[in-house]
Amino acid sequence: MSKRKKKGSGDSRASGDGPRIGVFVCNCGTNIAGFMDTEDVAGYSATLPNVVFVRENLYSCSEAGVNDIKQAIIDNKLDRVVVAACTPRTHEPTFRAACKDAGLNPYHFEFVNIREHCSWVHKEDRDLATLKARDLIRMGVARSAYLEPMEPIIGNVVERALVVGGGISGMTAALELAARGFEVVLIERQKHLGGLVKSLYEIYPWGEKAADYINGLASRVERNSKIRVLKACEVTDVRGYVGKYEVTVSSGDETVVAGIIVVATGARPLLPEGMFGHDSRRVITMLELEAMLLRSRSRRKKVVLMGCAGARIPGRFYCSRICCMTAIKNAIIMRKKWKADVTVLYRDLMCYGVQNETMLVDAKKAGVRFINYSLENPPVIEKDTVTVSSEILGRDLKVPVDLLVLSTPLVPQDTNVALSKILKVPVDEYGFFLEAHVKLRPLDFATDGIFVCGTARWPASIRECLEQAIGAASRASTYLARGEVEVEPIVSVIDEEECRGCGLCVALCPYGAIELIDTEKGKKARTIDVACKGCGTCGATCYRHAIRMKHYSDEQLGAQIRAAFVKDP
Amino acid sequence: MVPKVAVIGGGIAGIQAALDLAEMGIEVFLIEKKPSIGGVMAQLDKTFPTNDCSI
Repeated sequence: MSKRKKKGSGDSRASGDGPRIGVFVCNCGTNIAGFMDTEDVAGYSATLPNVVFVRENLYSCSEAGVNDIKQAIIDNKLDRVVVAACTPRTHEPTFRAACKDAGLNPYHFEFVNIREHCSWVHKEDRDLATLKARDLIRMGVARSAYLEPMEPIIGNVVERALVVGGGISGMTAALELAARGFEVVLIERQKHLGGLVKSLYEIYPWGEKAADYINGLASRVERNSKIRVLKACEVTDVRGYVGKYEVTVSSGDETVVAGIIVVATGARPLLPEGMFGHDSRRVITMLELEAMLLRSRSRRKKVVLMGCAGARIPGRFYCSRICCMTAIKNAIIMRKKWKADVTVLYRDLMCYGVQNETMLVDAKKAGVRFINYSLENPPVIEKDTVTVSSEILGRDLKVPVDLLVLSTPLVPQDTNVALSKILKVPVDEYGFFLEAHVKLRPLDFATDGIFVCGTARWPASIRECLEQAIGAASRASTYLARGEVEVEPIVSVIDEEECRGCGLCVALCPYGAIELIDTEKGKKARTIDVACKGCGTCGATCYRHAIRMKHYSDEQLGAQIRAAFVKDP
Repeated sequence: MVPKVAVIGGGIAGIQAALDLAEMGIEVFLIEKKPSIGGVMAQLDKTFPTNDCSI
C-alpha cells in the first residue's frame, strides 16, 4: 500500500486549484499483480501531475475495494478517479456508481485497462508489463484532468412491443408481453402462425401432439385483445431507437411504432439436396418423417435414423442440439406405432437434461439399436442396406433398410442477413443472430431495446425456445415498465454555426442517430441523443470539424496522446 | 403501492432475476442463506466459453 502526496507539475491545469486525482491500482488477485510490480506502478502513479492520492487494492471491484474508493474521494476531496484494473465492460458501471455515491459526477471516472491490455498479454516479461502499466496510467491520468461532468439522457418509451416471427418463440414472447399489459404487434412472414413446430408430430420429452400445442398457442394469440397479428407480412425498414422504433412493414404503407423489438424469426432444417441419396421417399429428412407420422400408417419395417447428416462437418462446425433427442423420440414412436426395427446411427449422443436421458434409456429398453460411426468413415448407403463402420466393434455392420431418415441440422433463415441489416444487429459466421454477450446478456442485442429468442439465435429445443421467449419478454419489460430509458450521454455534439448541412454524417451514422433539420440558416445536422452510441464516425467524417464527441473530446484525447510520449524516468 | 417481490437464493439466477425486477421498478428482497451473495459462480475463476470471470 502506498499513499503519497505530491504537488503536480508540468500540466497547465496543475497550478493553483488543479484537479485532485486519485489513482487506484487493482491487483485483481494475481491476474495483474502476478505479472507486474504493482507496488512500483502505484509508487510511480503518485509522482504524476495532479495525483494527490494513490491506493493499491487486492480487488478494486470487491465491496471493500469500492468502499475504499468512496472513502478516499470524501477524505481527500478527490474530483477525478482513475482505476487501473480490467476491461470497462464489466466494472465501469461499478466504479461510476462508487463515484456517484461519494458525491462525484460519475463521468469524472477514468478506467485504465492494465489487465487485458497489459498483464495478460505480457505474462512473459514482468519488467515490460510494469513499464507499460506506468505508460497506460500516465495517459489515463492526463486524460482524466480534462473530463467534464455529464448527466444521463432520458428518453420516453412507447409502451408497445414488436415481435418479429409467429412461431413458438414469437407467440410465447407476445403472450408474455401482453400478460404484462403491454400492446404487442406480432408480424409473421407466412399466411398462418405456428412456424416449424406446426409441422411436427409429437413434442419430446412429454409426448404432447405438436398441433394441439401450437394451435392452442396460436388461438390464444389471435384472441388476445392486446396483440395485433400481421400475417404474410415482413419488416422492410426500421428507423429510430430504443423507446421509439418506427417500423415499416410490407403489408402496406403502415408504420408500426414500438418501444422495443423482439426477434424470433426461427430457423429451418437443412435441405439435404444431393446428400446421402435423399429422394423424399426411401431417404427422407426428419421433418419428412414427422409428416409421415402425422399421416399415421406406414408399412416401413426397417428404419435407419442417421444423425449429424450435414452437421459437425468442415464448414458447418456446430451441433444442431435437438436432432439426437428428436431421433430418439421418433425411434420409440416407430417401435410402438409401426412395430418397425429401428437403428440409430450416431457420432455422439447429446441428450442433456434428466428427462432426455431417461428417454434414451426408454429407447434402449424398447429395442432401438444404437451404432456409433465416425466422420472419417460415414455410413455407405445402398438400395436395401446401410453399411456402417462401427467405432466400438471395429468392423463393418450391414443394416437392412427400407427407410433412411436423415437428421439434418437447423440452419439460419435466408432472410436473417437482410433483417440484420435493417435492424443493425449482427449475425454470426453461419447467419444466426448474435447476442450481446454469451453469458452476461444472452437475450439482448448490443443495440438497446432489441432482443432475440429461440432458434433465430441458435438451434434450441422447444423447452429452450419457451425459456428464451419468456426471458426476452422479461428483458423487454424492463424498458416498457419504466416508460423511460436512460442512455449514456457519450454522444456527438454538432456546432450548427460550423455545420454546412452536407449530410455526410447522416449517411454514415450506423445508428440513424443524426437528422438534417431546416433552420433559418439552411440545413443543419442534429444528433438524436437517445439514438447516438458515441462511436465517433460522424466526428471523423466532418470536414468542417463541426462535430465534437462528448467524453472523447480533442482536449481529452490530445492530453492522453501527449502523455504517451512523455519519457518515463 | 410499489409491488414487492422476494427472490430466494442469491446465486447467478437469483441475482439476475432480482436485477431485472428492480429494473422494472419493483422492490426486491433478495434472500440468501450464506453471509454473501454470488453462489457457486462466485467461487469460479474463469467460465467458458469466454474465459472471463463475469462476476
